[in-house]
Amino acid sequence: MRLALRELRRRPGRFVAATAILALIAVLLMFLGGLLDGLLDSSTGAYRAQQADVVAYSTSARRSLPRSRIPEDLRALAAKAEGVTAVGGLGTLQVAARPSDEPQTRDLISTVLIGYELAPRGLPSEPPPLGSVIADSSITADGVREGDTLLLGAGRVPVKIVGLVDDTRYAGQASLWGSLETWRTVTQQLRPGQAAPDAVQALVIRADGSPERAASRVEEATDGALEALTLDEAIDAIPGVSQQRSTFNQIIGVTVLVALVVVALFFALVTVERISLYGVLKAVGASSGTLFAGVVVQAVVVTAVAAAIGAGLAALLDVAIPPGSIPFALSASRLVLSAALLLVASVVGCAFSLRRVLRVDPAAAIGA
Amino acid sequence: MSGTDGKGGEVTSTEPALRMEGVRKTYQVGDEEVVALDHADLTVASDEIVALVGPSGSGKTTLCSIAGALLSPTAGKVVVGGRDITEFSARELTEFRRTSVGFVFQSVNLVPFLTARENLLVVDELGGRKGDAKAARARADQLLEELGLSDRAGNLPGQLSGGQRQRVAIGRALMNDPGLVLFDEPTSALDSHLGEQVVRLIRDEMKRRGTAAIIVTHDQRITGYADRTVEIEDGVVEG
Repeated sequence: MRLALRELRRRPGRFVAATAILALIAVLLMFLGGLLDGLLDSSTGAYRAQQADVVAYSTSARRSLPRSRIPEDLRALAAKAEGVTAVGGLGTLQVAARPSDEPQTRDLISTVLIGYELAPRGLPSEPPPLGSVIADSSITADGVREGDTLLLGAGRVPVKIVGLVDDTRYAGQASLWGSLETWRTVTQQLRPGQAAPDAVQALVIRADGSPERAASRVEEATDGALEALTLDEAIDAIPGVSQQRSTFNQIIGVTVLVALVVVALFFALVTVERISLYGVLKAVGASSGTLFAGVVVQAVVVTAVAAAIGAGLAALLDVAIPPGSIPFALSASRLVLSAALLLVASVVGCAFSLRRVLRVDPAAAIGA
Repeated sequence: MSGTDGKGGEVTSTEPALRMEGVRKTYQVGDEEVVALDHADLTVASDEIVALVGPSGSGKTTLCSIAGALLSPTAGKVVVGGRDITEFSARELTEFRRTSVGFVFQSVNLVPFLTARENLLVVDELGGRKGDAKAARARADQLLEELGLSDRAGNLPGQLSGGQRQRVAIGRALMNDPGLVLFDEPTSALDSHLGEQVVRLIRDEMKRRGTAAIIVTHDQRITGYADRTVEIEDGVVEG
């Protein structure tokens, strides 16, 4: 072990190439992870902010929020389900907005107007009055400030921004949180066919006990007319979320595999170079375990240094990327996870050299 | 002269450093059995220096490897420093080599990125340093001084001459205070003048410590420094 660390210290040049390649892989891994987190954050914020256990859609909507319609009578049935403590309606309208001071602008802002009853995190329990909304803070990247008025849709229905809230985007769009009444009024004006006076699109439900049980109780109480999902299931059901997650995780998996191959090849070469030295060390009493532990220690140190460099570069990227340009969110947990994946890959990569170390015959040191 | 009482701890003046009885070593090459060593008997007294000579392929390397616990015999009995190592497992042989025998190899195989002093300490470190680190360092310094290398203790092998490197290798072989040291062609990489110096040093060091040695060699001049010369040919020991 000490021998391996001494070699790293005294012959750093030998390990520079492997460290550099692994550092590039590390930064790629962290960048990909940051993109995934950024994309997911921008798609799921409105749901993650919900302080609820269950989200219910009409069964015929097949887990699609825009298609779902829940009339008053079904809502009443759901509210009576065992363990349910609170039910709130949710209505959404995806709509392009333009600032009222630049109504001719060609750059429309993609927004989603969300009417709520049960307040998500960061929002007042009493929704803002008719015609007012609290906007997701990401909208400031488009130059919109608190106090501004936005004109929604082709009908240019005005809503005033009376506050900002963080991390509540939905499907990549800035959310505008208002009352159900605001949502109904705007929908009535822009898409008269879609508006129903008493219906909502979804129910957010608070309940006692496990969310899974609460979900099945709501479904039973409504005789299957509602499909109730736990909050996590509902997040996964947001269009694109599970696809984004699986696509990025596959790319991340391949990248980790590349790191594993780099470590495996590098240390396989190093081990081949050391065969006569290992023979001598075995002859003077080193066990295969001690020698292999040295290889693992070197791989772990090289990878840890590379991961640290990668994390530094990823942090620089985070600073360099202008807010709102691409969805990139770098978190400490993502950096730690990426480093941990690389370390596991490096240890597994070393394992390919184990057989070679085991096969070194100490008797070969004599008569060589 | 009394024997060493090193980490092996079982060498006494009456016990020979090595006793091989009817040792046979065969290898399977395809369907054929190749005999590398045939019923070899060899006893080396506790402070004896034996020169082992023979042509290439005669089996002297095999004999040396079996005596040094690098190989297990196919048949026969091997007792080193009073311990019967014939039936030792690979793990036990590794441990035995670390604590009870010393090796000096043909090509000077020092660890290139360690200083002379660290090359001596490597034996101690490889064993997970069960002993006293301070004592090991003191022993390394003492050996380097005895071998005339005090001022070279901090030098890497690349900064040492061939003779100095060979002396470091001898120091490494003596670190565990072995009862038996095996030298594999110790002068083959040195010119005749240096070679003779190194052999004289080997003899002086072994005799001063009362340590037994087997020196495998082609070099006729070396045999003059040995107490006894054993010849080996076609796997048969004649001495």
